[in-house]
Amino acid sequence: MSEYIHDEKVKKLEVMANAIRQSLIKMLVAAGSGHTAGPLGMADIFTALYFHILKHDPKNPDWSERDRLILSNGHICPIRYAAMAHAGYFPLEELKTLRKFGTRLQGHPERERLPGVETTSGPLGSGLGQAAGIAYGARMDGKKFRVYCAMSDAEHQAGNLWESAMFAGNNKLSNLTGIVDRNNIQINGMTENVMPLEPLRSKYEAFNWHVLEVDGHNIEEFVDAVEESKAIYEKPTVIIAHTIPGKGISEIEFDFKWHGVPPKPEEGVNFLNELRTLGGKIKSEHE
Amino acid sequence: MNKEAYLIKNLTDSNIEKAPTRDGYGKGLVDAGEKDDCVVVLCADLAESTRSHWFKEKFPQRYIELGVAEQNMATIAAGLANYGKIPFISSYAVFSPGRNNEQIRTTISLNNVPVKIAGAHAGISVGPDGATHQALEDIALMRVQPNMTVLVPCDAIEARKATLAAVFCDGPVYLRFGREKSPVFTTNKTPFKIGKAVVFRKGKDVTIAGCGVLLYNALIAAEELSKEGIEAEVINSHTIKPLDIETILNSVKKTGAVVTVEEHQIAGGFGSAVSEVLSQYFPAPQEFIGVRDHFGESGEPDELIKAFGMGVLNIKEAVRRVIKRKA
Repeated sequence: MSEYIHDEKVKKLEVMANAIRQSLIKMLVAAGSGHTAGPLGMADIFTALYFHILKHDPKNPDWSERDRLILSNGHICPIRYAAMAHAGYFPLEELKTLRKFGTRLQGHPERERLPGVETTSGPLGSGLGQAAGIAYGARMDGKKFRVYCAMSDAEHQAGNLWESAMFAGNNKLSNLTGIVDRNNIQINGMTENVMPLEPLRSKYEAFNWHVLEVDGHNIEEFVDAVEESKAIYEKPTVIIAHTIPGKGISEIEFDFKWHGVPPKPEEGVNFLNELRTLGGKIKSEHE
Repeated sequence: MNKEAYLIKNLTDSNIEKAPTRDGYGKGLVDAGEKDDCVVVLCADLAESTRSHWFKEKFPQRYIELGVAEQNMATIAAGLANYGKIPFISSYAVFSPGRNNEQIRTTISLNNVPVKIAGAHAGISVGPDGATHQALEDIALMRVQPNMTVLVPCDAIEARKATLAAVFCDGPVYLRFGREKSPVFTTNKTPFKIGKAVVFRKGKDVTIAGCGVLLYNALIAAEELSKEGIEAEVINSHTIKPLDIETILNSVKKTGAVVTVEEHQIAGGFGSAVSEVLSQYFPAPQEFIGVRDHFGESGEPDELIKAFGMGVLNIKEAVRRVIKRKA
């Protein structure tokens, strides 16, 4: 499916992104541990991927022609789990098992636990290489599917990632699209204070990538960028998505302290209310 | 000698054919490429010395160059295997599985994808290059990873068989190879099955269990000990994981003592694996031939093997010691 997006579809996706954010808050409160800021910040992009961009079949997760979505920064897996559940990979109810003993929804995602999870990830910097390996193998066999790799910004401090960027550029892996969650935060503070990443665009360009930059909360812009990446034949493409960590919950937005903690139950109630009322703009039927 | 092992007839012949086990890897890769179209070979700027260039010449479309980037080589291979290929990654063991150990752990072992890791230039017999390039901890690194199979072939012929066998082993496999020419003492008829140790020499007084090229020294030691009236049983335990517990236990129950032989740190290596089994099922005196918590250094392979206590004389001494310890 290769299609540009219409206003009506964008509105539907925005409603879905809000529902997915609500699921995120509920599952993180239930888990009692986990990452909050990153998953909220990537909710719009994961919604666009699972409900518009990806060629996939939730009832047949191993379909050989599916697009591959590799999640390199595995710690934001709650957003992947929530999007997958809403897309029909497994019941929404199962989201409550996040991080619990015996769950398929491991704290960091594991390929063999949950169909549709593509790769085991968490340790940073090693997703792009796997995505590039899949893209390389697929091209050897003339496969048409595309490979997407979602990465954090701070993992661009890891050497392995740049080795993979060099490999993908050298091999002109045009069936590979990287997506960088440029939210500027990491555990120890702001990325530009901890170990600066800028100029990120020219770094990728120097590694022979086609680079696009979008507002990561503008679904239309992101979808258009993905469409453009499909039209680039000589290079892999990276979309630097500028996102707000914790997007959708005013108390969490921009605050790096929310990187690796979940909302407490009472906070969860307030956050859900904020999402349901679109920040107080409308009345919630749950009140 | 155990006739069923089909070893060469004149073990002690001074003109014995010698070849490095990495040659067996190179030949095995070509065999593998012919047998299965899914086989691809990756290399990190060491095509000739890992012998992966033989595959490259035959199947250029299935050879992937990584440059000096072993971490990336592991992750690219994980992706290729995830998609459906059977990748072999070739480098020196100090770099792969050394430098890229975490990538192997997460993206290959835990991910459980069938990447075959070939660690060349393992052991102190790398020689003049010195400690930086002499991998002495790779068996330990690999055998502690769940899902991983660990193979240490004893000569070039067995290395070729092990390489091909790795293709048909579902999960990740580590293959260990040496740089230096070593005696070729097995034959095409010598049995090789992953997980099945082979009794090379039958004996009743002591078990010498080993892996890799030092098995030749073990056999020579056993022949010489025979003249002193000590009959050693020599076991080729080419598969460190899964270890052939049955063959080792049966032998030690008969002999009552064991000497383990490996070109590796004693800590965490093959001897440790044997010790873990014996202490649980049949406690027996054990002596360890291997490197004792030291880095290697430059020198000629033979002199290093002797200097670090892994020569024929050292094995014989260990046998005499362990026999004295028998209850």
